[in-house]
Amino acid sequence: MTSSVLPLADKSESDAPESPVVTHIKDYVARLRGGDTGAMPAVLGLVVLCTVFAIMRPRFLSAGNFANLFTQGAAVTVIAMGLIFVLVLGEIDLSAGFASGVCAAVLAVLLTEHGWPWYAGVLAALVVGAVIGLVLGVLVAKVGIPSFVVTLGAFLAFQGVSLLLVKGGTNVPVRDSTILAISNRNLAPIVGWLLAAATVGGYAALQLRRNRSRMRRGLSAEPIAITGIRVGTLAILVGLAVYVLNQERSRNVVISSLRGVPIVVPVLVVLLLIGTFVLRRTPYGLSLYAVGGNREAARRAGINVDRVRISAFVICSTMAAIGGIVAASRANSVDSNTGGSNVLLYAVGAAVIGGTSLFGGKGRVLDAVLGGAVVAVIDNGMGLMGYSAGVKYVVTGVVLLLAAGVDALSRRRAEAAGLR
Amino acid sequence: MALSPTPAPPPASDPVLELRGINKSFGAVHVLRDVDLSVYEGQVTALVGDNGAGKSTLVKCIGGIHTADSGEYFFDGAPVTVNSPRDASDLGVEIVYQDLALCDNLDIVQNMFLGRERRRGWVLDEDSMEQIAEETLAGLSVRTVTSIRQRVSSLSGGQRQTVAIAKAVLWNSKVVVLDEPTAALGVSQTAQVLELVRRLADNGLAVVLISHNMNDVFAVADRIAVLYLGRTAAQVSTSEITHSQIVELITSGQTEALGPGAGRNGVNR
Repeated sequence: MTSSVLPLADKSESDAPESPVVTHIKDYVARLRGGDTGAMPAVLGLVVLCTVFAIMRPRFLSAGNFANLFTQGAAVTVIAMGLIFVLVLGEIDLSAGFASGVCAAVLAVLLTEHGWPWYAGVLAALVVGAVIGLVLGVLVAKVGIPSFVVTLGAFLAFQGVSLLLVKGGTNVPVRDSTILAISNRNLAPIVGWLLAAATVGGYAALQLRRNRSRMRRGLSAEPIAITGIRVGTLAILVGLAVYVLNQERSRNVVISSLRGVPIVVPVLVVLLLIGTFVLRRTPYGLSLYAVGGNREAARRAGINVDRVRISAFVICSTMAAIGGIVAASRANSVDSNTGGSNVLLYAVGAAVIGGTSLFGGKGRVLDAVLGGAVVAVIDNGMGLMGYSAGVKYVVTGVVLLLAAGVDALSRRRAEAAGLR
Repeated sequence: MALSPTPAPPPASDPVLELRGINKSFGAVHVLRDVDLSVYEGQVTALVGDNGAGKSTLVKCIGGIHTADSGEYFFDGAPVTVNSPRDASDLGVEIVYQDLALCDNLDIVQNMFLGRERRRGWVLDEDSMEQIAEETLAGLSVRTVTSIRQRVSSLSGGQRQTVAIAKAVLWNSKVVVLDEPTAALGVSQTAQVLELVRRLADNGLAVVLISHNMNDVFAVADRIAVLYLGRTAAQVSTSEITHSQIVELITSGQTEALGPGAGRNGVNR
């Protein structure tokens, strides 16, 4: 190799009058203006919504309501996390909502009517979810039916299966204490703090290790100050959340104490970490983006496109099953409408609001969490303000359209700026 | 009208890739008839011919997308069979198709390693890939990209071509076939890509350049192979032929100036 270097290296080494932090921020602003908005719209929207609701209804900021937000938004967020995998391919799964309902019904029927232990019931629900995804994926990838049609058909069919499983209009109660604990119990305050410390510490360690490894190879590493800001922000957010959640939320402390991080929060965090790892760090995740970006190029690169597409549907439906379990836990029961009505639309909305593109090729699991938070805040805040379900649906629908509009516009802008 | 091909005089050594008497039909359409092609290390061999002359089919036979009906494929002097793109890349033959096959939503490094990522266990080895990609681009003296973590969608046509070419040479390839690399480019980008093509050959690679543009061909090619209606009309050294003679060969399959029987029996000099 010759001694010639890339202009990048030239720039950062020779004529580098400004500090690396400034360069980094300038890069970020340039990306934003170029239409690569990332998490920005969702975070901004979240801040605006929270501010408005906090002013209109101070109770919105109470510890009890804060905990509610997590348990209310968890099922939709988990389903949205699964949807990301399908959306990255440029496909859609309209049946994810009722798939979660079917899996929840399987769980409830096995636990309550057949007396299965919770782990066997959960396993069965997950297997049902995976099989659903396999069938959808094969119909899309091998038979060649557009995913919109396949999952629209499945949407109707699963609604029927769900009705059959819970035998018409009845509802199947869930009494297993382990399942109920997911959405109804909290971690001991000290455990919450330990997990928070582990999260922040782990994040910091990963970032530092990555920077060190890059510097050792002579690659451009992130300035330490930026890493510090990232870790610091995470520490403040996590610390604040755990502190608030560890406050007493019970109306009457004498009868029962209600404090600590809801168990569903670490469940969400673990799913977020696993999903992010798979998408960002593994060859499989890269192949998802490649197929979503240019299927022909992926095929020529030797990627088994059919298998990648099928696997994305399997992941999506399996995540829907987890979402169904969370929903069953929260409702203490499963009926024919579990996973129905607005669940799927909220989940797709969450993914898109978070920044995942409906055009494929772009999306992160974190988007589901950010978008899920926006959806949950709208739902919760408008409920507190006494608006009817009708108004809530209209507002959520408008927000979804807004997000899709931002997606389409930023895509156009990115094309014009040559970034996307 | 049998062709009696004789191998072109080897400029320096034996050809690294040699096709002899390749035939390929699609149903009733006889696309390639006894085509010969020799490609040498360190040289740019231009493959020219009018639309429908069989250039693309020949390239696909080289790249293993099509299998020839008959004929011989020699690599480093040994006969080989190439039935799939994988066979071709195992030999060290890489083809850069006109549509480039890049993923717009991925960055340069990810595109260069697509499908053949380096990994540590289950995890992508991003840093080593980035390092190798940077070295490869530097080795080609590519100075036009600002960051190799840039998404490909943000690159110009010439830069994309550069990335596609860099992707092809990343794998210790010996033969690189470029299908119309300058077709969609402006003047200065064409110049950059041609410079890169020349540099590939100077680095010791055998380069096959398919082009419609005679200026490009004469600017970088050492040898020119002309296809006419599925036959090898000529394989000559660039210095021995003129612009107008090549155009004559492309349009009529023969040229008077190269002597009697030139087009009929193929010109080999």
